[in-house]
Amino acid sequence: MKKDLICISCPNGCRLSAELLPDGAVTVTGNACPRGEAFAQTELTHPMRSLTTTVRTAFPEMPVLPVRTKGEIPKEMIWTVMGSLSAFVLDKKVRCGDVVIDDVAGTGCSIIATLDL
Amino acid sequence: MRTFDVTVIGGGPAGLAAAISAEKEGARVLLIEREARLGGVLKQCIHDGFGVIRFGEKLSGCEYGARFIKELEKTSVEVSCLTFASKIEKTEEGFLLTLIKRSGLEEISTKTIVLATGCRERTAKQVSIHGSRPAGVFTAGTAQYYLNVMGQMPGKRCVILGSGDIGLIMARRLTLEGAEVLGVYEAKPTPSGLMRNIYQCLNDFEIPLHLSHTVTRVHGDGRVCGVTTAKVDEKMQPIAGTEEYIECDTLILSVGLIPENELAEMLGVKLDPSTKGALCDQLYMTMTDGVFSCGNALHVNDLADYVSESGDEAGKNAARYAAHKRELAEVHFDRNFLYVVPQRIDLTDKSKPAVFFFRSSEERKKTRVRLLLNGTEILKKTYQNLRPPEMERLSVDLSALPLEASSKLEFVMEELPS
Repeated sequence: MKKDLICISCPNGCRLSAELLPDGAVTVTGNACPRGEAFAQTELTHPMRSLTTTVRTAFPEMPVLPVRTKGEIPKEMIWTVMGSLSAFVLDKKVRCGDVVIDDVAGTGCSIIATLDL
Repeated sequence: MRTFDVTVIGGGPAGLAAAISAEKEGARVLLIEREARLGGVLKQCIHDGFGVIRFGEKLSGCEYGARFIKELEKTSVEVSCLTFASKIEKTEEGFLLTLIKRSGLEEISTKTIVLATGCRERTAKQVSIHGSRPAGVFTAGTAQYYLNVMGQMPGKRCVILGSGDIGLIMARRLTLEGAEVLGVYEAKPTPSGLMRNIYQCLNDFEIPLHLSHTVTRVHGDGRVCGVTTAKVDEKMQPIAGTEEYIECDTLILSVGLIPENELAEMLGVKLDPSTKGALCDQLYMTMTDGVFSCGNALHVNDLADYVSESGDEAGKNAARYAAHKRELAEVHFDRNFLYVVPQRIDLTDKSKPAVFFFRSSEERKKTRVRLLLNGTEILKKTYQNLRPPEMERLSVDLSALPLEASSKLEFVMEELPS
């Protein structure tokens, strides 16, 4: 069955029409570049997302610190990761790009700071 | 009195790029920012998607801003935060600028000015929502500041009016932080934000999008307790009998951005009613000699990467500026365009390609855009889709064109069979 997707790899936002074939292959139309094909392949088999959020800190001058996953996590893990971050308080100073949490919620993906604290 | 070659007003993505590029040209540069820290709105943009065009990487807004701030620190640009430009006057040498700082008033003299003042959000008062004035009505940008900078939840049960990008991003952000987003209501029949944001911010979290619907009334004394929504007709007027009451404690507005041009107006800089920014030539100089404009102050962009690009150019050209008589050709476009920037071409400098940005006035399928010079086609490009929320960029080589001030340079658009 054909599925309409929007490629989120870049600002072009190509409208894709993709189909997962019984042999596991994916056919894609509407993509302007190879990233669209890769996106559709992943989106139809095991959708991945990057997660951007904040973590609480112990520092009143910056009560929350912007962070993101370094790379992508399985889409269904978003809530698990959010849950594990909600219990977390950062009590040491970090710089933009530093790892804040290693292997968050068993995803193999780390959480990195996106701003200097 | 201190004197500068280039004074950049605003330390967001446009101003940062402008200051860096002006300094690279050897200019003595002053960058003024009214907040305590540089970065402008990027400071609260924790979401990613920035930098794909400029750096070939998907960065968060904060990371994107940090790259420019780091670059700026390596330059001799004088940065003045917590500084507000309250007055600009034209002088013989250039401009006299009155600054308000913590240390008091300062007057400086500058040869050129780069306006990088960004844009402001439309508020509830500007979209005629009736009712009382309880707490709990926020613009999307304010809600974003609450959550991402202060670490405070603006509310628990939210209705979002308008499908602009910040509204969509906040729908996801509020949901992730545990709020219930009951729906996004958009008066237009098509979404105002980028398609990828509809997909990853709404669809991923099953947040309903109600097109051709608006909020007609806010209820609550002290705090919002609900809103009335209604379906609208083609003229965006509420249809009687379609009203629905929705219990909520927060209404978030994402109903458009307007270029900030108070300083430009003080100088008598000519504005374009379709962009609400300054009218400019391909070098980003406004119709007032020595005054440049870039970023969202010029026209509201949907990508920070393009904002920085215009800052690069405006800063560089401000640094290179030498008073001369411009010879301006007007850029025409048919009614299928919402706007085209720049609106003029300075014929005394055709050395570099002119970069045009445009938006379609309506959603279109396969469309051909052509640029005509006195009726002869000089460029064409075919688009699979054009949507008003998605700005398009076209670079045009001017050097070989027999372009004169009296020439008719016109963009036209035609839909093709798909």
